[in-house]
Amino acid sequence: MQLPPGVTSKDFSAALEQFANAVGKDWVFSSEADVNLYRDSYTPFWHEEKEPIPSAAVAPDNVEQVQQVVRIASQYKIPLWPISTGKNLGYGGAAPRMSGTVVLDLKRMNRVLEVNEKNHYALVEPGVSYFDLYHYIRERNLKVWIDPPDPGWGSLVGNALERGGGYTPMRDHFDAHCGMEIVMADGEVVRTGMGALPNSQTWQQYKYGFGPYLDGIFSQSNFGIVTKMGFWLYPEPEAYLSGTVSVPLRDDIHKMVEVFAYLANSGIVRGTTSVLKTSSFLQSDRGDTTVGLGGSTKSMEQYAAQKDLGYWSIDLPFYGAANVIAAEWEYAKEKFSVIPGVKFRDGVSYRFPLDPQQLAKIANPVPLGVPSLTTFSIGGPRSQGHIWFSPIIPMTGEAVLQAQDVFEQAYRDMGSPSAAPPGFPIWSFFSRAFVIIYFMPIEHDVEKNRRNREIFRQLIKIAAQHGWGEYRTHTAYMDDIMNAYSFNNHALLRLDETLKDALDPNGILAPGKSGVWPKRMRKANA
Amino acid sequence: MTISRALFLVALGMALGTQALAAPNESQIERGHHVYQKWCYPCHGPGTDKPGTNAMAAQGLKPAVLEERTDLTPAAIKGYVRHGIYFMPTFRKTEISDADLDAIAAYLTRSNKPAATK
Ligand SMILES: Cc1cc2nc3c(=O)[nH]c(=O)nc-3n(C[C@H](O)[C@H](O)[C@H](O)COP(=O)(O)OP(=O)(O)OC[C@H]3O[C@@H](n4cnc5c(N)ncnc54)[C@H](O)[C@@H]3O)c2cc1C
Ligand code: HEC
Repeated sequence: MQLPPGVTSKDFSAALEQFANAVGKDWVFSSEADVNLYRDSYTPFWHEEKEPIPSAAVAPDNVEQVQQVVRIASQYKIPLWPISTGKNLGYGGAAPRMSGTVVLDLKRMNRVLEVNEKNHYALVEPGVSYFDLYHYIRERNLKVWIDPPDPGWGSLVGNALERGGGYTPMRDHFDAHCGMEIVMADGEVVRTGMGALPNSQTWQQYKYGFGPYLDGIFSQSNFGIVTKMGFWLYPEPEAYLSGTVSVPLRDDIHKMVEVFAYLANSGIVRGTTSVLKTSSFLQSDRGDTTVGLGGSTKSMEQYAAQKDLGYWSIDLPFYGAANVIAAEWEYAKEKFSVIPGVKFRDGVSYRFPLDPQQLAKIANPVPLGVPSLTTFSIGGPRSQGHIWFSPIIPMTGEAVLQAQDVFEQAYRDMGSPSAAPPGFPIWSFFSRAFVIIYFMPIEHDVEKNRRNREIFRQLIKIAAQHGWGEYRTHTAYMDDIMNAYSFNNHALLRLDETLKDALDPNGILAPGKSGVWPKRMRKANA
Repeated sequence: MTISRALFLVALGMALGTQALAAPNESQIERGHHVYQKWCYPCHGPGTDKPGTNAMAAQGLKPAVLEERTDLTPAAIKGYVRHGIYFMPTFRKTEISDADLDAIAAYLTRSNKPAATK
């Protein structure tokens, strides 16, 4: 049996027994078969010693049990890795950063505590998935939307704490939260925002409460265990429509992104979209094996023109009152018309609510607030999983061109064109900046995974040299990325460590999360 | 060192042996259907928007929709759910309990000819 570092097997057995007293023996998992279920199904360390393997898992059903577990762990200095639904595939799954950590599985805490359709919010426990909340709302015919990320089986809490993104106007999930309840490393329960006021009437309606606003320090962090979280919901809109803008020349990207940024920052385009290099799909159309990796600009522009497609294109999603969004699309066209040769195409439009037959015909319902698992086709039928490389770049045409050149060159230099997918996906999951989301395949092949890990580390460095940093990462790269956020001799990490030592002196919560290690493990992991 | 289906089944046989299973009753099949709808249908249901179905179709498995199969055994179903295959991840017991998994297996083998249900 794997043991937490520095914990004797006698102490570990005693702790497991006490965990069982707290949560019931059915909810403490320590057999190899059960613990294996907590390994990352998409680990970049398949068949290597380096793969982090938990020592056990414990699954409390309520806040009091979480407190008890934390106090027991604190007594024996046993590290705990909290997960909400544990579906963080591509970024680590349910597995901890460090071998021997006990996974604190909050999946059983799956109560929807409130959905309010007059003020449009929900209060949920960590184990509530997007599917769960969606069904809860549909069964009661409430006029609110959730905002799922592509995979609907994750949790509002886990996804928001990771600062994940979706597609509707509530797409920035951490930003859309309002109020938390947290169990601290000493077992104390804290509520943030208006939740600190006993009998508060506005916990999910006003974010800040009074005094320092602390919610941010519990995201991508190991300072506490979130046991409840409020979320603002989108009132069911009257309608949706989309339109496509395409431009003929490579250099049109500058004006195209400038107009897009104006529309997005003005609140006219409120949903997630992506800038597509339409022309790179054309390359694959020609059977070119260097898909997405260049070819002369002129020839691609000519080919795109022949095919009556743009060099670049962008789909604009509009949500709201039918006549308002029609006007917004017209206004967007007017703004983009400064680009010579720009073309517009009307896309789909819907009126809500959709009936089940209409919904069944929509291949990807996620941008309409309906959870799905369709996204898992992304790597093709033989995919064994993948991880994401996701740097944030400026919302400018210049940055798009530079990032494209830099990353494609890097992939070429490292001899791995296959890792760079066609289409160079540039997303607007968050306001004001773009995020590039590259797909890095995982295989049951030690050599290939080693090579891809090297490439990944290289990409982090190259991004940092250009002033771009990742918004989130797989557990395998947390130290690398934190290391890149190094302004003033790693002042941010040093501040994180100061907080860590103050809030979790025994160092039991998620050691290594985001590159933040407790004092007693800091040297070994430096 | 790609995990092939054949290799997987060999490993599975070693891990699970051949298990005797009590004949499933109606309510267990119903429960299995319910759990299946929640956890499996989004990937294995009919339609080109279902990644598991697409993968099975690409592999030439017929029928590609899991619910239409009559050749699956409870042991194989449980093995796939607890070990994963290709991009299908493992499922934890807090997601699908052993009892729920028995029910899924009962549901997915409901139309098997008696001999296949061992
Ligand atoms: C094909 C594919 C597509 C994807 N598309 C998207 C997408 O569109 N948008 C997106 O955002 N992501 C996407 N992802 C990434 C990921 O699957 C989702 O973000 C998913 O929601 C995260 O899993 P989860 O919600 O189960 O979180 P969990 O696994 O429960 O949590 C993630 C991490 O957050 C921390 N944490 C969780 N709960 C707590 C808690 N209660 N207290 C303290 N810390 C906690 C832990 O460190 C944990 O490891 C995609 C992944 C794949 C494979
Ligand atoms: C994320 C998508 C996904 C989910 C969810 C999913 N699967 Fe799968 N499943 C797959 C893929 C992919 C395969 C491999 C198909 C292939 O052979 O190419 C597969 C294969 C299988 C097989 C093997 C069939 C065969 O004979 O080859 C079984 C059995 C199975 N799944 C059962 C389940 C059950 C039961 C559930 C629900 C608990 C489930 N799956 C949920 C994606 C999924």
